[in-house]
Amino acid sequence: MSVPGKFRFVSSDRRVREDRRFVVGKGNFAADIVPQGVKHVALVTCPHPAARIVSIDKSAALAMPGVLYVLDGPELAGATNMLASGLDTPNVPRYPLALNVARYAGEWVAAVVADNRALAEDAAEAVVIDYETLPFVLDADAAYAGGTLVHEAHGSNVLLDRTFTWGEVDKDFAASPHTFKHRVKWGRSSTVPIETFGVTASWDPWREILDIWASIQMPKYPDQTAMALKIPMSSVRVHYDVDVGGSYGVKRGIKHTILVGYLSKRLGVPVRLIEDRLENMRGGDMHGPERFFDVEVAFDGQGIIRSMKMRALDNVGAYAGRSPFQLGKPVGAIVGPYKIKSVQYQAIAVVTNKTVQEAVRAFGQSPTNYALERTVDEVANKLGLDRLEIRRRNMIRHDEFPYLIPSGSAYDSGDYHTVVDKVLAHAGYDELIAERERLRATGKLAGIGIAACLEPSGGNSSFEPLLNPKVGTTTWMDSCRISVDLVGSITATMHTTSAGQGHETMVGTVVGEVLEVDPDQVRVVRADSLNSLPSNSPVGSRMAIMLGGAAFHAAKKIKDKLVAIAAHDLGVPLERVAYKDGSVYDTTAPDRARSWAELVTMAHRHIHKLPAGMEPGLSVSHIMPVPMGGGLPTADGRVQMYPCYSFEFHLILVTIDPDLGKPEIKRYVLGHDCGTVINPKIVRGMTMGGIAHGIGAALYEEFAYNTDGLLVAQNFMDYLLPSAHEVPPVELVHHETPSPHTVFGQKGSGESGYLGAPAAVASAVNDAVRPLGIVINSLPIKVAQLGDMIAQALESNAREKQKGN
Amino acid sequence: MKPAAFEYSRPADIDEACALLAADDGARVIAGGQTLVPLMAMRLARPSRLIDIARIPGLSYVRDEGREIAVGATTKQHVIESDPVVRSKLPLLAKVMPFVGHTATRARGTVGGSIVNGDPAAEIVLVAVTLGATLVWREGGENAPIAASDFFLGPMVTALPLTACLAETRFPVWSDARIGVGFHEVNARQSDFAFVSAAAQVALDGDGRCTRAAIGIGAVTAVPFRLEGVAQSLQSQRFDEDKVREAVKAAVADIEPMADLHASAEYRKRVAVTMAARAIADAYQDASGRA
Amino acid sequence: MKVELNINNATHAVEVEPRTSLLDCLRDKLLLTGAHAGCEHGVCGACTVLVDGAAVRSCLMFAVQADGYAITTIEGLAPGPGELSPLQDAFCETHGMQCGYCTPAMILAAHALLSKNAQPTREEIVDAISGNICRCTGYTQIVEAIALAAERMRGQNDPVRP
Ligand code: FES
Ligand code: FES
Repeated sequence: MSVPGKFRFVSSDRRVREDRRFVVGKGNFAADIVPQGVKHVALVTCPHPAARIVSIDKSAALAMPGVLYVLDGPELAGATNMLASGLDTPNVPRYPLALNVARYAGEWVAAVVADNRALAEDAAEAVVIDYETLPFVLDADAAYAGGTLVHEAHGSNVLLDRTFTWGEVDKDFAASPHTFKHRVKWGRSSTVPIETFGVTASWDPWREILDIWASIQMPKYPDQTAMALKIPMSSVRVHYDVDVGGSYGVKRGIKHTILVGYLSKRLGVPVRLIEDRLENMRGGDMHGPERFFDVEVAFDGQGIIRSMKMRALDNVGAYAGRSPFQLGKPVGAIVGPYKIKSVQYQAIAVVTNKTVQEAVRAFGQSPTNYALERTVDEVANKLGLDRLEIRRRNMIRHDEFPYLIPSGSAYDSGDYHTVVDKVLAHAGYDELIAERERLRATGKLAGIGIAACLEPSGGNSSFEPLLNPKVGTTTWMDSCRISVDLVGSITATMHTTSAGQGHETMVGTVVGEVLEVDPDQVRVVRADSLNSLPSNSPVGSRMAIMLGGAAFHAAKKIKDKLVAIAAHDLGVPLERVAYKDGSVYDTTAPDRARSWAELVTMAHRHIHKLPAGMEPGLSVSHIMPVPMGGGLPTADGRVQMYPCYSFEFHLILVTIDPDLGKPEIKRYVLGHDCGTVINPKIVRGMTMGGIAHGIGAALYEEFAYNTDGLLVAQNFMDYLLPSAHEVPPVELVHHETPSPHTVFGQKGSGESGYLGAPAAVASAVNDAVRPLGIVINSLPIKVAQLGDMIAQALESNAREKQKGN
Repeated sequence: MKPAAFEYSRPADIDEACALLAADDGARVIAGGQTLVPLMAMRLARPSRLIDIARIPGLSYVRDEGREIAVGATTKQHVIESDPVVRSKLPLLAKVMPFVGHTATRARGTVGGSIVNGDPAAEIVLVAVTLGATLVWREGGENAPIAASDFFLGPMVTALPLTACLAETRFPVWSDARIGVGFHEVNARQSDFAFVSAAAQVALDGDGRCTRAAIGIGAVTAVPFRLEGVAQSLQSQRFDEDKVREAVKAAVADIEPMADLHASAEYRKRVAVTMAARAIADAYQDASGRA
Repeated sequence: MKVELNINNATHAVEVEPRTSLLDCLRDKLLLTGAHAGCEHGVCGACTVLVDGAAVRSCLMFAVQADGYAITTIEGLAPGPGELSPLQDAFCETHGMQCGYCTPAMILAAHALLSKNAQPTREEIVDAISGNICRCTGYTQIVEAIALAAERMRGQNDPVRP
């Protein structure tokens, strides 16, 4: 925790104000918002991985009771602009409904509007579509090689293929006595919030405003909605006071929004689409990365890794969503916590006939960390070195910060070795090893998992210009507005939705800290997009830094203004007054003071008492750019990606029942350093949740496809989210290395846990099965598959032994 | 994910339920609905009428009839879970109950519902097969008993006539002094349907030798099956893991296991041996703990 | 069909199609939106309500089946406006949630547990909520909340605010 007394409210274990509404069932979720006369959408989806849409017969559906309308792709595409894609790929057009060709099983082909959802589903079954199936491709390697093209007009399946070289890669490889190369795979999973995506749109033709309530987590959402619907952005009113039932990146829903926005305008009624779980899993476009990594490293006999070549091949699904950029963010921490001097990074995004990928927690960093950590483990094994020792040798030392990595980002601060030591001391590392040996002696497979990784935080836009030079965006602002009303109450306004991150609590805490008032007295509200300041939404672990920063600076402005008013009224120079607990006093005569109430009254009513030229009232705004940002990438692709770098170190013990292949996590210790913690309950919660999510990605979750190109894990019976049974107790070891770039020294933590847990689990499982000669380089590691691998290994080992005899 | 429209009836007794079934080809019986309703929500089942038997008087009971315990079709799973008669007389059934779904599904799900669904991975089905329960259905005003081994025909397929309704399940009671039970299953998450499950019940003499055994394997093949030969081979034997494994291995050598997204056929066959051996070991141990 | 439901100790007569789930009926007809749809196929538990005191998935029950039972939703748990039950207060104390979407169901599942078992072990708590998926929290602070509530309810029914 923080140095005691350093802060008054920041870092103290305060309750989270949002919780009160949730525990009584009074959240305000998208599905809870039901405007009068709202109509319901159900979707008709393509049953084939690729098919030409020959005809759509709506007549039977339209004749059914309660059915208003059936919308198809050509009508929608004719009336709207195509969905924005971050990359410069004009020949990969995308609309909410398939236009002539459907490119994955589950893609939306038509939308039915009816009086209620059940009637809409009835009618959706009655829409008759004639398909002509087309060849399809599912595998990323095959798609990269060409052959079957997902988008003919694009001429290839490659959306992005860039190779960056930072530093003297060839030289470093040539000078290194050892190299190691392998391929690891990250399976297709996602964040899968318990609330599906939902949106209601209501067009008012007399005011020319489209009201939108959506479970959204997306930067530039109103802008993209307006552009696609060809209406001014000032006609789009997105309500940010909607509680989002979990997102962790994926609640983008732009195609859903365009669809219902168009329908509401077309039909003159409010229209809503609340995805059901099947629509969500198949065609909600919320799958996460599916990547092959080919990693090669060059190192010396001491295990010092000098250079790395990484090729990341990402299967982004059928269209260019946001996902290709998920190959960009990892550039900002491409060497992890290690001093690797040179790097070659090839980032490839290919389209296939799978569901489209969206942004997923950590935006590509978790798979990359997994690839890097698997590699470090193997280097240690190759040299016969301890996996811990090799990490210690390669890690950046506390006194080397700020540390500039080859790809152009400077890490702000860190104390990796101390965190590692604290974790080892807490866990009793020698004891843990003894425990592993004891378990092995009982016939179990047992392994210790180790993973270190970084959480780049303060989400900025730098990967956009890096991967698409046509985009010149160099910052992603966030903002806060604070008003003190004429009776002295404080209201702070934030300008985005939240999905459980406790932003209202954070803003209250920060404003309370600065103004020295009880945070519970600070009202925090959310604007709508027509009266909001710029925000780029809670992505990229940014809000503690960005919204916290904006709230800090806005509160400072209020404070400065109060101080100026008081000094003027007291007739003393500014330097002679001080602010304390809401009032301002003369430092040379402390009982000469102006109270909060007096100052507020002056600001609002007594303009004659204000310094000349001062704006009356007490309303201020602060719009904050991302610290350390603002620069375009260099020609060779170096850029400061994000400003702050949190660190985490996982140490776990896993046993595997060799007969079943079932892994069990026996011990989980996490060392975590995200700088100054604003609210310990929130940070702890997100970290624990991230670990659970990472365990899911490592052991349970996969959007599996069959060879016919159909998604077979499309409901909660086949896509396995960890339950309370599967998540072990986690011991958190806290450390705090403040960031020099933020107002309290805070860093981000929204992705913590998830970044390292998959690598840690993979490390432990590999440690457990290594004695059998098994190497597992693919996630998720599923029970029965692992069981089969162990059985095969045991059998062939037995055969070998027999041969030897 | 809304079901297709249907009619709803709540008959006063089981004969009326059968009559309603006979009158409508598309009708289906609902009791707890924990399996049927998800299928309906995904429109994989689309009954024209639901005949709700959950609250028919006199269909929910646990009756001790000496050599058998009769369990009424609509008896809720959570009732069985804590029923004292089941605990003392049907230890194997008591043992598996915590593995049946979750607390919330056991509060609505019924014993009869699990039986007529005939899921090869269902724990209650496995117990019925393992112990050789008798199922009694009602049709045309008559009760008809059938052996569990004849009732289950395939995954979710049973011998229950379309116009019949299950009335009760009769589980045999072992009167032997030292009974022990064992149950093991493997799945990805603890409460999922098993990839492989095994149940065993043994009776031991004062010497720790087996006088009687029943062993069953679920989730591996289209219907759960008994390991009769293995049970025989245990006769008068103390527990010997290697021998047991050998016997089970031989017994499953020719089965044709299912394969799916979660587990291969080889896995199921191989792990069936482990699960059965562990269930038997537990059963021996459990029995020897009872003086 | 007409059906009379006893919800939170009040009787409501509603007109529903047989295919309307209890969940949809609660949300759409009675505006009790604390029960949430997560999967609508009986796996996630977000729709949990109490039926005669037992936690039950309301997406797996049709409204027409629900007459004659005492149904409790999250809206029936708070003792009064602005007041929290000990369990609800404990969830606030440990921050046993993030997005709040699974929360009402978690609290009801925990409520059912504590009404039968005043002193649950960690395993019993975990088991009681294992049918309720939470994607945000990793369950740690939920388990802590339930243990804390049990402890407080055994002592005095008077949650202390720190
Ligand atoms: S919504 Fe009922 S269990 Fe998921
Ligand atoms: S709090 Fe978000 S799903 Fe549990």
